[in-house]
Amino acid sequence: MTAPSDFDAAVERVFRDEFGRVVASLARRFGDLDLAEDAASEALAIALEKWRDEGVPPNPGGWLTTTATRRALDRLRRESHRDDKQQQAHMIHDPEPHEPTGPVTDDRLRLIFTCCHPALAPEARVALTLRLLGGLTVAEIAAAFLVPETTMAQRITRAKRKIAGAGIPYRVPGLSDLPVRLAGVLAVLYLVFNEGYLASSGDAPVRRELSGEAIRLTRVLRSLLPDQPEVTGLLALMLLSDARRDSRFAGGDLVPLRDQDRGGWEQALIAEGHALVRECLARERATGAPPGRYQLLAAINAVHTDARDAADTDWAQIAALYELLVRIDGSPIVRLNRAVAIAELDGPEVALAEVDRLGPLGLDRYHAWHATRADLLRRLGRSAESRSAYDAAIETAGNEAERAWLARRRDTLVGGAPESS
Amino acid sequence: MPEYMLSVNHVENEPTPTAEETQRAFKEVDAFNTRLQEAGAWVFAGGLMPRETATTVDNSNGDELVVDGPFAETKEWLGGFWVIEAPDLDAALRWAHEGSQACAGKVEVRPFQAG
Repeated sequence: MTAPSDFDAAVERVFRDEFGRVVASLARRFGDLDLAEDAASEALAIALEKWRDEGVPPNPGGWLTTTATRRALDRLRRESHRDDKQQQAHMIHDPEPHEPTGPVTDDRLRLIFTCCHPALAPEARVALTLRLLGGLTVAEIAAAFLVPETTMAQRITRAKRKIAGAGIPYRVPGLSDLPVRLAGVLAVLYLVFNEGYLASSGDAPVRRELSGEAIRLTRVLRSLLPDQPEVTGLLALMLLSDARRDSRFAGGDLVPLRDQDRGGWEQALIAEGHALVRECLARERATGAPPGRYQLLAAINAVHTDARDAADTDWAQIAALYELLVRIDGSPIVRLNRAVAIAELDGPEVALAEVDRLGPLGLDRYHAWHATRADLLRRLGRSAESRSAYDAAIETAGNEAERAWLARRRDTLVGGAPESS
Repeated sequence: MPEYMLSVNHVENEPTPTAEETQRAFKEVDAFNTRLQEAGAWVFAGGLMPRETATTVDNSNGDELVVDGPFAETKEWLGGFWVIEAPDLDAALRWAHEGSQACAGKVEVRPFQAG
């Protein structure tokens, strides 16, 4: 007999792994996302009761699918008096015949493209993906995104209604649409990861579960689309970032990359991330296809995690990678990151000139822009200006750890306090 | 087959297109309409006269009220629309992209209620 906590953890793992699969296959069979979601949830509730007495069955996924299918059939029988029109309102659009004609497509792939469809609001894509593929409860998703549970429930309900009502297909996009649509899916997964990694607001600096879930879903996506290098790149990027997770904070305070204890980085994640980056490089050499944004970001992280210490960092390589990234995405934020590399390579003065060009492009509302300026001004010995840049950064920072770190940096400035200048 | 309405709105104070731009839009919309018909997606389409020509009636209480002007004074109003058949939203969105390019304006895509 397993202790309750071990049991709960084991069941939790099964649920996380299997929920999306169950929802996806029921959605395909019954053409109704609501029904699929409800039946999967009911099957989990039954499993919790039954498995506690009888133990986890040898094929828990199969057990859950069978049980959920039975619940769905029961409900359809009970509701068979619902008129066709009403039923039609819940149906998802599955344009493909159910007999697989080529290699069998995992239904989860259809589900992820449906959940991340560009016709849905971005926050709805995130919520649907976490609910239907991740199996997170509405309460968990609401808590993670700091919105009331009713708001999150409405968001998800509205999105499902739009999928059915507007005819968003339950289908993997064709080859010509795949790159654009895949980019949309990856954006959702990266957003979920970052929400857990950076925590744009609120006091808990790290919401580990969200990042873990994003990594898990990206692994699933990679297993389904092994030939898409951007998926591999995104997974590598997440792993290489996640490896540094625990070193980024010390007692609730932010520790910047250059001061992090490299011994605290998770070597297994770094090794896996590096292997994935090498895989992308080999593919790039073989196909001649230029790397996309996630592969480049992963490569940048690989260079950082390859250095024995901050001084050993190959900044020329990092600047070159950012140069490629700016060509794909010339947004001010990418240029700001390139400027940080330029500062190490060509000195703070050159970098500051570029950073100052970015403020009027909207970055002056962004704490990282102020913090970068503050740091460059400090290195140039312009303390008074640095101090007011730190003040602006503190004002715009989203979480307490970041504010605390910025205040500490500001208070170490020598001289140049506003009252004495 | 599901049907979708692709509608094009006028926006208050938008710059009036030049005669040349209008001619080009007419030509491109014509060509787009032909493509819709050849693909069997066409149901109906049309452009509307300016909203100053609108009349609103209200017989919901049996009063047969007739009022000069549109239903509501808004900053955007319907200028024209297509009704098309498409197997799903993705197909409708592809047509909408073409329509938007042809008429040089935003296109709103809405499904009709089934049956």
